[in-house]
Amino acid sequence: MNKTVFFGALTVAGIAAGAASAATLDDVTARGTLNCGVSTGLVGFAAPDANGVWEGFDVGVCRAVAAAALGDPEAVNFVPLTTQTRFTALASGEVDMLARNTTWTFSRDVDLKMEFTGINYYDGQGFMVPRDIGVTSAKDLDGATVCIQTGTTTELNLADFFRVNNISYEPVPIETNAEAQQQYLARACDVYTTDASGLAATRATFENPGDHVILPEIISKEPLGPLVRHGDNEWGDIVRWTLNAMIAAEELGVTSANVSELAAAATDNPEINRLLGTEGELGAMLGLEADWAVAVISAVGNYGELFEQTIGENTPIGLARGLNAQWTEGGLIYSPPFR
Amino acid sequence: MTTITDPPKEGFRLNQLIYDTRYRSMTIQVVAMILLVLSISWLVSNTVQNLQALGKDFDFGFLWQPAGYDINQRLVEYDSQSTHGRAALVGILNTILVAFLGCALATVLGVIAGVLRLSKNWIVNKLMAAYVEGFRNVPLLLWILLIFALMTEGTPQPRDFREGGSASMVLGDSVAITNRGVYVPAPVWGDGSLIVVIVFVLSVIGAFAYRGYAKKLLFDTGRLLPMVWPAIVIAFVPAILVFFIMGRPIGLENPELGGFNFSGGIHLRNSLIALWLALSLYTGAFIAEIVRAGILAVSKGQTEAAFALGLRPNRTMSLVILPQALRVIVPPLISQYLNLTKNSSLAIAVGYMDVRSTLGGITINQTGRELEGMLLVGLFYLLLSLAISGAMNVFNNRVKLRER
Ligand SMILES: N[C@@H](CCC(=O)N[C@@H](CS)C(=O)NCC(=O)O)C(=O)O
Repeated sequence: MNKTVFFGALTVAGIAAGAASAATLDDVTARGTLNCGVSTGLVGFAAPDANGVWEGFDVGVCRAVAAAALGDPEAVNFVPLTTQTRFTALASGEVDMLARNTTWTFSRDVDLKMEFTGINYYDGQGFMVPRDIGVTSAKDLDGATVCIQTGTTTELNLADFFRVNNISYEPVPIETNAEAQQQYLARACDVYTTDASGLAATRATFENPGDHVILPEIISKEPLGPLVRHGDNEWGDIVRWTLNAMIAAEELGVTSANVSELAAAATDNPEINRLLGTEGELGAMLGLEADWAVAVISAVGNYGELFEQTIGENTPIGLARGLNAQWTEGGLIYSPPFR
Repeated sequence: MTTITDPPKEGFRLNQLIYDTRYRSMTIQVVAMILLVLSISWLVSNTVQNLQALGKDFDFGFLWQPAGYDINQRLVEYDSQSTHGRAALVGILNTILVAFLGCALATVLGVIAGVLRLSKNWIVNKLMAAYVEGFRNVPLLLWILLIFALMTEGTPQPRDFREGGSASMVLGDSVAITNRGVYVPAPVWGDGSLIVVIVFVLSVIGAFAYRGYAKKLLFDTGRLLPMVWPAIVIAFVPAILVFFIMGRPIGLENPELGGFNFSGGIHLRNSLIALWLALSLYTGAFIAEIVRAGILAVSKGQTEAAFALGLRPNRTMSLVILPQALRVIVPPLISQYLNLTKNSSLAIAVGYMDVRSTLGGITINQTGRELEGMLLVGLFYLLLSLAISGAMNVFNNRVKLRER
């Protein structure tokens, strides 16, 4: 009898565990909100505004997915995660997706069992120093004290860079961007290093941004993008094609201003029609409404709009499109076709 | 139902399992056992299931892979090409270092504060009360962060030590207090320093031997030899003589400002100092209470009896009160040491690279081996705690009451 109870319990446990990791879309729909992992605060990418409303480039991706899956860009529960906790939080199901300045690397994809669903920002690692220390190149940093966030690609690149160039440094490991900023401003470290976009965003919050320079060296490739966990390809597809929809919308000239007009009736551009659901069944194939992409674009705009609103040249962050221009403009941003 | 008039029949009924005290405890134990086994098996099977769903396996192979990250405070050789296992070792040593320093300083602070809290001097007494209550009642993490912030914000940066800068080194240009830590002189071991060290160790043994002899003489014949100064002479004079005879082989290297930072000397990082001080001050407050309780637990009659025998107050303290107080003090002291050791895992808050930050932090994050890493970290703390309480129990057995 004992044994039966035992095996019975095992089966129940098995079923419960199995159910917990089944279709993420069903979980999200049942819950009515999307749990989206973001950074603990990086202005322009993900940070709460004065009213506590999260905003930023990565936040926009979360809102876009919520708009696609639930039809409501506000139905997001933002979960701030440090660089160290993010993968565990995603793997354990605490969040449904991450949109958190996360670099797509081989080992994260293959060994950590993450599924990157695209790239929303092509970046690289840079160095920021106070102007008055008079350093003009990263190679002059021999013996410097360097602030780094732990659990990042940053610390691995940094170790490689200094070893290859045969110069020494003193790493100061730090948990969040806010702490790093405080240590750097107190001059407890000479240099702050992270993704160049993160440096620009951090510098924009300084009292005197002009007192700090970003050195010319970019020492790595940091393709940043949203990710989900391995094992639920349908959910991965939704996140992937939500981002692609924003990218394609920019290429096709669909904006938050004209999307409702373009979606009202079929236009003479078949790709726009398929994207906006006036032709074909793409939405149904994803398990979503036919107008899923319309919801995305009216909520957060197309890729270019989101970029300009959050981190573009007219914001305090002031990032140029550069590599992140559409492929038609000489950049790397490119969506596979909607067909 | 019928009323029972017959004496209860012998024989076993099922409800006896609950109502009969002979069987009840057995029943409870069996049920508890089944529940325990069930919940453990549920945990294990759930873990296995979830790992499978994620496509992950359970493998410690990562410990032999290159770590790829640098660690600032290393007690053993380590660079970014070393393995994750080696990084774990560096972290383990850092944990042991801060735990050891912390326990030592906490004991000193605790004993001083505990004794002074019994002082009849109102100011001293209240000052110690303020220390104890202040540190006991504020979370440790806040103290760590506060001390760390004071040290980074309140001390000069290395640049200020340059020619014409606003800061200067102290203690004859040998110590620099900066916002990156304190730089102190490092010993330089020249040729022949080994001989000096050996002579010193031998003379310390000699000093103890002298104390043993003096004690035996006192008990056997009642003759009291001076204890303190001959022991000090025996311990230090030969080593100092050899030091000069060998041509001063042990030197000191002062830290010197070069480039961005000081080089040379020993660098005590802010993270180490903040963690060490906060752990010691916090645990010291608890130890103070333990010491005070221990002393108060020795009955007043003991002091009076000692005085009646003509013992002076300091001898009364060291020969009568303290040996008895130790019996009360040591057991709770052990658990304070264990607390301090485990609390040292708050190191991550100030970026001190202990085992929780290396193996339990960066390694886990870079390799995705949460389960394996956390099990290892847990195992390490378990073993360290067992080792500490084992060693302290040996000490406890030595001071505990021996009935004659
Ligand atoms: N892209 C790198 C670095 C990520 C990273 O460190 N991001 C920083 C700044 S760009 C961040 O998100 N900081 C905000 C926070 O600490 O929450 C990675 O994926 O490992």
